[in-house]
Amino acid sequence: MADFKLMKGNEAIAESALRAGCRFYAGYPITPQSEILEYMSANMAARGGVFIQGESEIASMSMLWGAAACGERVMTSSSGPGFDLKQEGISYLASYNLPAVIIDVMRYGVGDGEITEGQDSYWLATRGGGHGDSRQIVLAPASVQECADLTYLAFDLAEKYRTVVLLLSDGGISQMIEKVVLPEEKEHDKSKFDWAIKGYKELDEPKVKVTNLDRSMDYDEYDQMMRDKFAEMHENEQRWEEFMTEDAELILVAYGISSRICKSAVRRAREQGMKLGLIRPISAWPFPKKGFQNLPESVKGLVTVEMSLSSQLGLDVRMATEFKVPLYGYLTSKYVPTTQGIVDYCKDILAGKVKELEVF
Amino acid sequence: MADIMFAGIGGQGVLTAGKVLIEIAAENGKNVSWTSEYSAEMRGGTALCRVVISDEEIGSPYPDLLDVLCCMTESAYDKYVDVMRDGGTIVVNSSLFTRTDFPKEYKVYGVDTAKITSEEGNGRAANLVIMGAMLKATNMLDVNEFEKTLDAYFAKKGKSNPSNIKCFRRGYEEAAEM
Repeated sequence: MADFKLMKGNEAIAESALRAGCRFYAGYPITPQSEILEYMSANMAARGGVFIQGESEIASMSMLWGAAACGERVMTSSSGPGFDLKQEGISYLASYNLPAVIIDVMRYGVGDGEITEGQDSYWLATRGGGHGDSRQIVLAPASVQECADLTYLAFDLAEKYRTVVLLLSDGGISQMIEKVVLPEEKEHDKSKFDWAIKGYKELDEPKVKVTNLDRSMDYDEYDQMMRDKFAEMHENEQRWEEFMTEDAELILVAYGISSRICKSAVRRAREQGMKLGLIRPISAWPFPKKGFQNLPESVKGLVTVEMSLSSQLGLDVRMATEFKVPLYGYLTSKYVPTTQGIVDYCKDILAGKVKELEVF
Repeated sequence: MADIMFAGIGGQGVLTAGKVLIEIAAENGKNVSWTSEYSAEMRGGTALCRVVISDEEIGSPYPDLLDVLCCMTESAYDKYVDVMRDGGTIVVNSSLFTRTDFPKEYKVYGVDTAKITSEEGNGRAANLVIMGAMLKATNMLDVNEFEKTLDAYFAKKGKSNPSNIKCFRRGYEEAAEM
């Protein structure tokens, strides 16, 4: 293995962002994402960037908006009830087509809920963000290595499409330590964008009047541009992993921390002669519909495994399979699913003891 | 290769023990994962970490069956003995154990951490004693290699201390099957 480090998921996100050229971070502490903020406070200055702990999530988000408009690579992070507060900012960033990377380290539960592992925000993350009906790319890491890789990718995708990219991590992935090979350090040139605000009077830099943030175009033309962008992202950015699906009777569908337990469950079930497989969405939006187009004939059903009260993934799976494949949901709320729990649930499904999942 | 838990109370160094172990296993080319559970107190509440060491890609970082359980307290033993795999290894801190009978399906080793750490004048090294005992009980990694990497681990942190290594070595040598 190349030169690896041992890091928590949160630390890998922060370090990878810095290596991707992120030079502006504003945020506010909340468990279980605070290591990202702490890492940025300790390491941003050495890179010559700006770290701000704002007075709130909303203030941090507004600062991000300003820095993004100037062409900086920008990032913020939050969790649970803190992520709610980012929504207004996401909507405005989307309306101006500004690239930004936002990390949501999910926890569990309604309101304050719990500060530990959970997958509370799939719906909120994947169904736009804020008011209006924008879409943004949502990437869900399932290892510390992916925390680094997907954060790095997120900055590139954000610029390519001029969009917000959300990284949907969770309390499990964020707090665990694994090996990670970090990406190369690169410098970001904020002057390369023709859409960014430029100039600084105090430094005698000529101000560039902003005429090309996309609100200046015709309203209908703007709407069409947005629609085209959503469709293009949907077509091109579906990412997923298939694990032992070729001959599977039941295929688990899970992302983030749940998908890790699923992998162990697939292995254990196969030792006992039950053929499980796993489809792991890496992009939560666009949902990897393409991964469900050629399911093997052996499949008797799909099973979402999620740490939530309701099945948030279920509707996307139903749509991806056009409601044709039986669907079940193993929902463990604030408890990390256990390998044996998943195996036993699947045995019960094959024994006809489990009702199909109703999505609503 | 092994699903391991270090469990005890805050202040006994169980989280650090796991971190040291993954560092050394990772240096030896293994895949590793480390997760932790602890209460709000810095000292006194329950604390544990789960470590997975594997040659293949690691699935669950929260193993529901353990190959190795290192208990710094008897309550940790009572809580987690039920999730041991048959043939698994349990290492107990005998200074805080009253129990003397253990299930026959497990290999059980004990070591008196309080005695060793007080004799070495290193009250914070109980976790290193237990690690030494674990290595004796499992033969998971070569003890001399482990000791070298352990020394380097503390040196890197600017906390090089010969008594750390001594505590580890005595844990290895004095651990006895119970």
